[in-house]
Amino acid sequence: MSDAARGPFWWRSIGQRLTVLLAAIAAVLAVLSWWMVTSFAREAAERTQDNVLVASATTIAEALRSEQGTILLELPYSAFAMLNAIGEDRVFYRVAAGGETITGYDDLIPPTLPERPGDVAVRTISYRGDQVRVVSVQRTVLAGQQPVPVVVSVGQTRTGVEAIGTGLSRTAAVLSVAFFLLAVGLGAVAANSSLRPLNAFAQAVTRRGPSDLRPLRRKVPDELSPLLIALNRLMERLGQSIRRSEEFIAEAAHRVRTPLATVRAQAELALHTVEKENEKKMLRRVIRAVDESSRSASQLLDHATVSFRAEALARDEVDLADLVVRVAESLSPTAEMKDISFRLDATAPAPVRGDLILLESALRNVLDNSIKYSPGETEVSVTLSQDDPAQWRLTVRDHGRGFSAESLPALTGRFTRGGNVDKIVGSGLGLTIAEDVLIAHGGRLELATPKDGVGACVSLILPAA
Amino acid sequence: MRVTHFARSLATVIWLAATGAEAFEVEDQKLYPGTGATTIKVVSTADLDVFEPFILQFQAEQPAVGIDYYVASSTELHAAIRDGEVFDVAISSAMDLQFQLANDGAAQAYTSPVTDALPAWARWRDQVFAFTAEPAVAVISRERFAGLPRPTSRQELIALLRQNPDVFEDSIGTYDVRQSGLGYLFATQEARNSDTFWRLSELMGRQGAALYCCSAQMIDDVGSGRLALAYNVLGSYAAERIARDDRLEVLEMEDYATVMLRTALIPATATQTEGAALFLDRLLQEGLRDTPETWVLPPLGAADQPEARAYGPIRLGPALLVYLDQLNREAFLRAWSDAMVQ
Repeated sequence: MSDAARGPFWWRSIGQRLTVLLAAIAAVLAVLSWWMVTSFAREAAERTQDNVLVASATTIAEALRSEQGTILLELPYSAFAMLNAIGEDRVFYRVAAGGETITGYDDLIPPTLPERPGDVAVRTISYRGDQVRVVSVQRTVLAGQQPVPVVVSVGQTRTGVEAIGTGLSRTAAVLSVAFFLLAVGLGAVAANSSLRPLNAFAQAVTRRGPSDLRPLRRKVPDELSPLLIALNRLMERLGQSIRRSEEFIAEAAHRVRTPLATVRAQAELALHTVEKENEKKMLRRVIRAVDESSRSASQLLDHATVSFRAEALARDEVDLADLVVRVAESLSPTAEMKDISFRLDATAPAPVRGDLILLESALRNVLDNSIKYSPGETEVSVTLSQDDPAQWRLTVRDHGRGFSAESLPALTGRFTRGGNVDKIVGSGLGLTIAEDVLIAHGGRLELATPKDGVGACVSLILPAA
Repeated sequence: MRVTHFARSLATVIWLAATGAEAFEVEDQKLYPGTGATTIKVVSTADLDVFEPFILQFQAEQPAVGIDYYVASSTELHAAIRDGEVFDVAISSAMDLQFQLANDGAAQAYTSPVTDALPAWARWRDQVFAFTAEPAVAVISRERFAGLPRPTSRQELIALLRQNPDVFEDSIGTYDVRQSGLGYLFATQEARNSDTFWRLSELMGRQGAALYCCSAQMIDDVGSGRLALAYNVLGSYAAERIARDDRLEVLEMEDYATVMLRTALIPATATQTEGAALFLDRLLQEGLRDTPETWVLPPLGAADQPEARAYGPIRLGPALLVYLDQLNREAFLRAWSDAMVQ
């Protein structure tokens, strides 16, 4: 990670890294091929010129003859005509017998001369303000009784060779640039296509829901399969660990709840048998504490249940109006204890698809909260309405202390409680459970303060069946 | 005409005596002053009366540029430029000598849109530029040829000379290739192209051919009837003369034609290169024109006639050096003298 963050911007992406590296390789190869073609072309042109010069000098040497002791030469027309093949170059020549110029340019003296007949000496010299390629051949001519070595030198400037070399070099440069651009394009395509499985893999992981810990089943390239296996193992271990802790919580809650019920029953009995007021007061406090503990245990159980059941959500048809009536009934004893009345405004049918137990648990937690935080002799209203045909809205409104504005956004977090709960006992799980259930059903929970500023307003929103 | 020519020669001699600086032999000279400070020195093998129309035309377009025009033989011109005489433009009919000047580094390179427009065969290294294509032709006297068939090839001409020795005895004129650079160029190129050249030369020598330095005098003598036939004279001069002298006729040879390119170059010693560039561009434009009538000197397009096309104009290339080689020249002149001067 730190390595990737330190490099230039393109170093941070494998795709760009590949593209840039491939482009760099292509550039090196393009320059190399241009240089090679250029030097080959130049060498070929130079060799051609050398060959033509050798042919010219040889043709002249062949025309040498002697007559009565004098060396004679009739320059063949073709010897010079052929020099035109290379380009428009200046031509110089010299024919010398034993150091004496017979004909041609007196001062054209190459630094090296062929030593034996048939030898060819090739040199580039500076002559009359130009670089001149000079070829010399030697032939022995019998002048009278004397064998005389005759050197024929033919020189030519290199303009034509340069022009051929430059022309080919320019063509090679254009081709190299074209190849480079092609290679960069192909490199980008190649980098892109080899990274496609990785991107697809990443997207598949990203697309998953937060609680989806099923193993990934897909074909991946060999390089990615260790990652896939490691990821699947990690998810499996994570799932197991979550499941184990939920099981543990449920087990613990269950185990705590049963003895608490016994304690409560015993405390009730004791309450009826004692007569001293301070003892009764003590026992009532015990009962209240047991109630709170039992409720917290239920909520923990509920939460664990939600976690389990949400994984494989049932899709039964549930009527929200029925549900409201049933939950209100089950909570009415608690409400009556505080003289709180329910006002229900729910007319059947209001069908949704989902898990009855979970939905019941969500609504019960919300209503329970309302009762808990409402002062005595107030009203809690439950209204079922339909904003649009696609979803139902179940609004629970109380006249309690409401939400404190600053803690509103965080309230659905696990074990989070509002800033204004004072001494009221609570686990901080109620709204978490409700929200988890609603999200599992594709709905949401909305918390708001009513317009008149009194109490709280909680809306359970669910998609209609 | 004669008088003016004489007067001009006299003026030249006086001028030469006055300056005393010129080491080479000037045949003619005339200054065409311009309105500006620039005066370019042009040395040329073309006679003044041939070139004057062009100079006047040029000055009408570029009145600021003065032109000092010198006429010299091609060998004199070559020697002068080679030895470093200061001229801004050198124009010569001896393309081999012009080529040698460029090859030996006595010319400057010059490029312009006009030089780029020239065909590749009409320039060499952007130093030598051709602006005319002029064939060598045979001119006959109508009067002396009365009753004789007009030969259309060298073979027929040879046959005609053989059959009518009385008509042609001492009545054939041709270049003295020992003196004339252009004659030497025509002769060597023709000898290279065809073996009939030597047979023809031998025949002409046997019939006591008269040797001339220049085309103009040969044409004069054919006009006067002193010659029945002038062989290898400059087609451009002949055409100009025939236009006003109906005693002359050009033989239409269909077998081949030796086409010479008149060339111009800017010597390395040139001082007024800008003026020289203007002059050269205008000259090459004249060479690239489509209509041959406007000026005596034919344009480059003349090289595209059927008989000329067979071989093309003499090629501007290193092969021109072959006959300039001292040994070759000596050998050729020996052979030519053996054939011609008997």
